Order: sequence, then structure tokens, then C-alpha cells
Amino acid sequence: MFRFSLASTIALVPMLMLASLVRAQTAPSQQAGAVKDQKAAPAPRHDISGIWDPGNGGIQPLGPQAMPEDGKPEHRVPYTPLGLEALDAHKPSNGIRSVLPAETNDPVVYCDPQGFPREDLYELRTTQILQTPQKVVLLYQFNKIWRVVWTDGREFPKDPEPRWFGYSVGKWANDYTFVVQTWGTDERTWIDRAGRPHSGDLRVEERFHRADHGTLELTVTIDDPKMYTKPWVALDRLRFELQPPNYDVREMICSPSEFAEYNKLIGTPASDKDRQ
Amino acid sequence: MRNRLLTIFLGFLMVSVPLFAHHGAAAYDTSKKITVKATVTEWFWANPHCFLRFDAKDDKGNVVHWATEASNPSDMVNLGWSKQTFKPGDEITVTFTPVKNGQPIGRIQQVVLANGQTLSARVVL
Repeated sequence: MFRFSLASTIALVPMLMLASLVRAQTAPSQQAGAVKDQKAAPAPRHDISGIWDPGNGGIQPLGPQAMPEDGKPEHRVPYTPLGLEALDAHKPSNGIRSVLPAETNDPVVYCDPQGFPREDLYELRTTQILQTPQKVVLLYQFNKIWRVVWTDGREFPKDPEPRWFGYSVGKWANDYTFVVQTWGTDERTWIDRAGRPHSGDLRVEERFHRADHGTLELTVTIDDPKMYTKPWVALDRLRFELQPPNYDVREMICSPSEFAEYNKLIGTPASDKDRQ
Repeated sequence: MRNRLLTIFLGFLMVSVPLFAHHGAAAYDTSKKITVKATVTEWFWANPHCFLRFDAKDDKGNVVHWATEASNPSDMVNLGWSKQTFKPGDEITVTFTPVKNGQPIGRIQQVVLANGQTLSARVVL
């Protein structure tokens, strides 16, 4: 079933992007006026589609917006003993536990996929959201990643094979709030830039709230009983602003060969402790 | 340190922060800024980081070959930079944060081009 789903999604994405490009042929001045009018308009029901920009608040270099790893007691997430052990094995290059560039084992630094929920919690950039009757598709700027959230009423697979981005299903909680549940994520990924861990039992809830026509808010809750004694909120109404439909999202891709060049020239010599 | 003649400013940068989230700041002495007149040798427009190489003289008149990193192209474009911002031979004034270990490596804060235009590599969060 999921092989079919994946294939159909791969086929769908280019068609939807083509449709978006066709819409973008409208004259820019007309579009700018239309967008201004749209922002003042009431939020549409059951609709979070559009091009959304979280601004610099989505970069989250110290960990997620609501729970950065900055040493403050109120930002200490409720680790289990296993969670602490897993955290200790992760060597981030940002935050209060940061190590030198050559010593980090952050998989994203080496251009591995961020996976989910880290896609929401680190380098969350301009995000395009497309809706069909069966699914919501999210197109992320960072590393040009896409996710599918099924809205056709299906259940989660009983024993899912882990995926970098897990399995996601979504439902409308009310006219303006779309709630996504995700599980079946790959344990190799980190939850955030700070190196917080997760197990295969991780469940993530995303609440996309269309606050008004031009504003979308995202709240993310982490629930992983193996790693954390209770659920915790990683994003608390992170605000996105609606962009014009002809907004051109730039490429932002981690290139392994360019990273190797960077490491040779900067990362490795900068980490040379013998020189300190 | 090999570049004593370079102007060093101590500063605490509370208002703005670098965009360079990818590799962190552990290698850098973030309490220091160096400003130097330099000649561009290479501008590499790349992901996850652009980097700028330039030559500048130290206090003994020796030419030092610096390598400094910037952010990703998407962020740099938003700050007014482009792939065409530099070409080898351009004379610039560059301000950067040095690494702790004394290597000629840094993280760009700002560049002033020969025409007087100032480009910042930092963003207010």
C-alpha cells in the first residue's frame, strides 16, 4: 500500500508544482495587490495551502523555539535515564554542549536527512503547502524535502518500517486548525540541533492554526516515553507569514562535495587543538 | 598571535547573531573581531556555506592567506550578497571573527567593497 502511495505522491508533486508555476504567470503588480487584499480577508475554512515564511525564527540554532538548549532550567526537557544517556552520545556543534566542527556527530552536518520532527525544529525555512482531497503536501526549502500528510482517513500501519520522515496522517480539529500525527520515524535522526534524542516510539503532534488569512501558527509537541517522562512542547505557535503565490523559493541544499571542500579549508584546521 | 597589526575589537554581540547555524561557533573566539584591508583570491558560492579567501599583510609585512566562511547562498542573497559580489583581485575591507587556535580562518561579519558599499553577514533575530 505504501509503495503505491509513495509512487503516486512522487507523480503528484511535479504536477502540483506545475500548476503553481502556471498561476505564477499573473503580472506581479496585480499579484501584490491581490495578496494585500487577501491578507486582510478572513481566513478560509479548511485551508492552509500557500507559501509560508517563518522568518529567522525558524532557524533555531540552539534548539526549538519553545525549548532552546540554553541552560535555563525552564528549558530543561524531562529526560528519562535512557534519554540522558542518548543525549550524552550526541555531540552538537551549537549550544551549551557544542564541540568543535571536526568533532560533531550531528548527522545533518554531514548532509544526512534531517528527518522528522527536526524538519520543523531546525532550519525551518519557507514552506509551501499544497492540498488535495487525499493529502496535504509540505515542500520544505531546506534540502528541498517534501512530506505527505494523508487526509483520506487511513490508519497508521501496524508495524511501520522506520522512515526518515515517518508516517503522517492529518485531520481538521476545527475550521482553522489542522492536526497532524506522525510516528514511525528513524531513530538515527536527532529531534533538534541541540542533539535531543528520540526512540522508535516517538509520536509527534503538529497543530497548524490559520490565525487569519495571512498568518499560520505551528505548535509541535514531542511524546516519547522512552526518552522523556512526559510530553513537551517544542514549538509554541511559531508564526508564518503568507507569501505571494509567485514567490520564488531559492535552493538551500547541503552538498556533500561542497561540505568536503568547506571541511578541508575551514572545518578541520579550525578544529586543530594542537594549534591552540 | 601572528596578526597583531590587525585591528582587534573586543565586543559582545547581543543585538544580532550570525546566520551560520550549520557548524556552530565552538571553534571561534566570538569576543574578537578583526578588520583588515585585503585582496580577494576566491569567492566560493556554495552550500552549506559560502567562503571567501583573501590575502592580507600581517604586522611584519608578510602576506597571510585567510579563509573565511559565510552563510548559505539563500541567506546571503537576502542580505544583498550574490555569486558576483567578488572576483579575484578585488580590494576590500573585511571584518571577521577569528578562530581560537590562531589559524588564518574566520567567520565573516561584514565587508566593505571598493565602491564603499557595506555588506553585512549578520541578521537580527
